[in-house]
Amino acid sequence: MPRLALTINGQPQTLDAAANTLLLDLLRERLHLTGSHRGCDTAQCGACTVRLNGKAVKACNVLALQADGGAVQTVESLSPSTKAGKTWHPMQIAFSKHHGLQCGFCTPGMLMRACAMADEGVPAEDGAVRKALAGNLCRCTGYEGIVGAVCEGMRLMRGEVVEVADAGL
Amino acid sequence: MQDFDFCRPASVAEVLTLLRDGVDSKLLAGGQSLLASMKLGLMAPARLIALDHIPALRNSCEDQGQLRLGAMLTHGELAASPALQAWVPGLAQMAGHIADAQVRAMGTVGGSLANADPAACWPAGVLALGATLITDRREIAADDFFTGLFGTALEPDELLCGIRLRRPRRMAYLKFEQPASRFALVGMAVVQFDDGVRVALTGTSQGAVRLPAFEQALAQRFDPAALQGLRVDENIMSDDLHAGADYRAHLAAVLARRVVQQALETSK
Repeated sequence: MPRLALTINGQPQTLDAAANTLLLDLLRERLHLTGSHRGCDTAQCGACTVRLNGKAVKACNVLALQADGGAVQTVESLSPSTKAGKTWHPMQIAFSKHHGLQCGFCTPGMLMRACAMADEGVPAEDGAVRKALAGNLCRCTGYEGIVGAVCEGMRLMRGEVVEVADAGL
Repeated sequence: MQDFDFCRPASVAEVLTLLRDGVDSKLLAGGQSLLASMKLGLMAPARLIALDHIPALRNSCEDQGQLRLGAMLTHGELAASPALQAWVPGLAQMAGHIADAQVRAMGTVGGSLANADPAACWPAGVLALGATLITDRREIAADDFFTGLFGTALEPDELLCGIRLRRPRRMAYLKFEQPASRFALVGMAVVQFDDGVRVALTGTSQGAVRLPAFEQALAQRFDPAALQGLRVDENIMSDDLHAGADYRAHLAAVLARRVVQQALETSK
């Protein structure tokens, strides 16, 4: 069985995995990082979006072996639990404030894509955000809140605004 | 997905050795089409040969007065490539509208061309540009590369290493998207060189094809009005639950006029 060495949420890991293991299955079934969701399983809905070497990818359409030697970030990396409690990521705070989720199933993928967009320099504007977020579908159709959240979350991450009032967290 | 062996050679020579050892193998570029078809059981190779650790397949440079792009460059990298944006901005734009950002981060130009999906964008783009496809052993003109539905001139043991592009005067690409997959129901590429015009259409039942009548009309006068009355034969178009052949043929003629307008507006 092939052996993989990759860094997951900052932690170096060495794992044996069959060649046909999808990155999504490695994360969910082997590492119990169940924040990345299997939605369509055909690389269309984006609920499984994680970051591989910084780039947002669809983990249901990437082999674990394709990530060998790389760094993977999942939604769990955004708000690590510590003894002091949970620290929310600015993008999560913005999603809370703008009600950027309804059922929440698409949210992990939305958050990971949105964080990548912040680093890619996507402008914090409605049209640009909708275009850059085209690979993530919300079946509740809650796009107004999501787009508002991503715009504010990107501004927070870039230090253009400092804090969000009424985030409710 | 059925299990398989996986190997990750570090050079083109190693790939060729593997392709000749008799094991039923598929080349893995970005995997964005291949893995989907393996999940559906449409393909079940005994071995995948991953191409992502071969630096030679990721080069881009000027070569013989043309721009050479490595086969393993992703759609996302090419969309953002200053070299490609300067050489053929319309092609960089085309790359930036394939699928979505996550797929563009993995999918590659070489993978798309070798797969030759009849709804893909790259085949129309390189066919209209009259690109040269460079393999481990020869150069193939785009006109000779595509041989029908998912068909190419590549030998079973041949590796597509990159493409080479002349610099056109103008190039533009437009597609009408299938809204879920963002593949082209119909896609139209138009290129104007100093010595002629080339037009290529994707979304036909035989993959990307050129449209000689459109080319001749635009060579006379590069203007949407020159295409007035020209029709695309519905018998060559794909016909499936997403769109009928007659509708696709209609869209193709409309897109042809629009893409010429776009070329005039966006190119110097």
